[in-house]
Amino acid sequence: MNGVHDLGGMHGFGPVVIEPDEPVFHTEWERRTFALALAMGAWRRWNLDMLRHAREQMPPAEYLATSYYEHWLWGLERLLDRHGFLAPADLDRRVREGVDPDRPGAVEPLAGALCVDGVPRLLANRRAARLDDPVPPKFKAGDAVVGRSMNPPGHTRVPRYVRGRRGVIDRDHGVFIFPDTHAAGLGRKPQHVYSVRFAARELWGSDGHPRDAVYVDLWDDYLDPA
Amino acid sequence: MSGREGHEHGHDHEHGDGHGHAHEHGGHATDDPAHPHNAPLSDVQLRVKALESLLTEKGLVDPAALDELIDTYETKVGPRNGARVVAKAWVDPEFKGRLLADATATLADLGYIGRQGEDILVLENTPKVHNLVVCTLCSCYPWPVLGLPPVWYKSAPYRSRAVLDPRGVLREVGVELPDDVEVRVWDSTAELRYLVLPERPPGTEGLSEEELAALVTRDAMIGVARVEAPGTLR
Repeated sequence: MNGVHDLGGMHGFGPVVIEPDEPVFHTEWERRTFALALAMGAWRRWNLDMLRHAREQMPPAEYLATSYYEHWLWGLERLLDRHGFLAPADLDRRVREGVDPDRPGAVEPLAGALCVDGVPRLLANRRAARLDDPVPPKFKAGDAVVGRSMNPPGHTRVPRYVRGRRGVIDRDHGVFIFPDTHAAGLGRKPQHVYSVRFAARELWGSDGHPRDAVYVDLWDDYLDPA
Repeated sequence: MSGREGHEHGHDHEHGDGHGHAHEHGGHATDDPAHPHNAPLSDVQLRVKALESLLTEKGLVDPAALDELIDTYETKVGPRNGARVVAKAWVDPEFKGRLLADATATLADLGYIGRQGEDILVLENTPKVHNLVVCTLCSCYPWPVLGLPPVWYKSAPYRSRAVLDPRGVLREVGVELPDDVEVRVWDSTAELRYLVLPERPPGTEGLSEEELAALVTRDAMIGVARVEAPGTLR
């Protein structure tokens, strides 16, 4: 989707401000949101591409006006609803009524819930999207390619700024799950991912530095021969 | 760990934007485009509390597991991991060779593997090439070696301009690059994660690997800072 999350190449957001000695989390709700998203992800009802797509669907004005973990919260709420874990009306009611600190909330977690002992295993994941499928590559290092001109309404990982732009295959990373179909529940569609080098001048015209380049990781289905 | 609640500005409640600047309560002020303002903030705090209470009551999450997840990234997995890798690469050419050729396997030998670091590439900065890492689409970042990404890395100013004007971004954060240095920006659009191997600062020949690791900053491993020798004024 041509969403506002696809920020590469835009102006007007102001300077980059690095906070000295920044803490990992700034607030307790950020901590809990982060952990809730990972813990609910451990139920494996959605994949990473579906999760990213959920966050991308936040309305653009809201996306730009909210912070990172608010995006996480928004996406998580939609996935919880879609997969039958929690209805929005129930959450809204609890928000209105508030959480009673004396409430005997602790129940025995269900068998499938992430437990303390399961955390190291969850985080030690060695494989995310890489596949062993013997899919032949369409391109090899040195090949001239062009970012496919396309505007799919669903999830995609081809940024707008490389569509229609010419680049050169820098290296072949191997075979990976294709996010566009995976996010839509339409399968893994295994294919090669390449690092593609785009000259800054090709991307940005005379505003690009003649020496510089942007390397973008792109799947076979995002590329055409130049 | 600093800045848990109402940090810096002394507010007695939490901010939703997570970076503690002046905030117009309950409004949607847009006076400063660099710092997006939010919907009323107590809302998000209440909402997350409500969400956790419901999911806990349904048995879907174990609060102790949530604590463990948080503790892992607050105290165990962070940029000190990456700093140790960089220092080792500086003192051990054989290790550096393996790291550049196959970072995933080399880092796995050190135990730096896992979520959001299933495939890692290391990019070497040299006097002629400066590497800079970004994720324009979201926040992809090599968790096992750098921990969770900082706010600026996930925010619109960096994500929008790192690809378009990397030299301008670098200048803003104090890194001036001469014209004859090539800037390579790596946009993390897939499941490959990137770690920059910064240049070893001159004058550090006598330092131990441990002392060198202490010089290496998170920002240098993203490519938005140089590593400075001890005693260097910035």
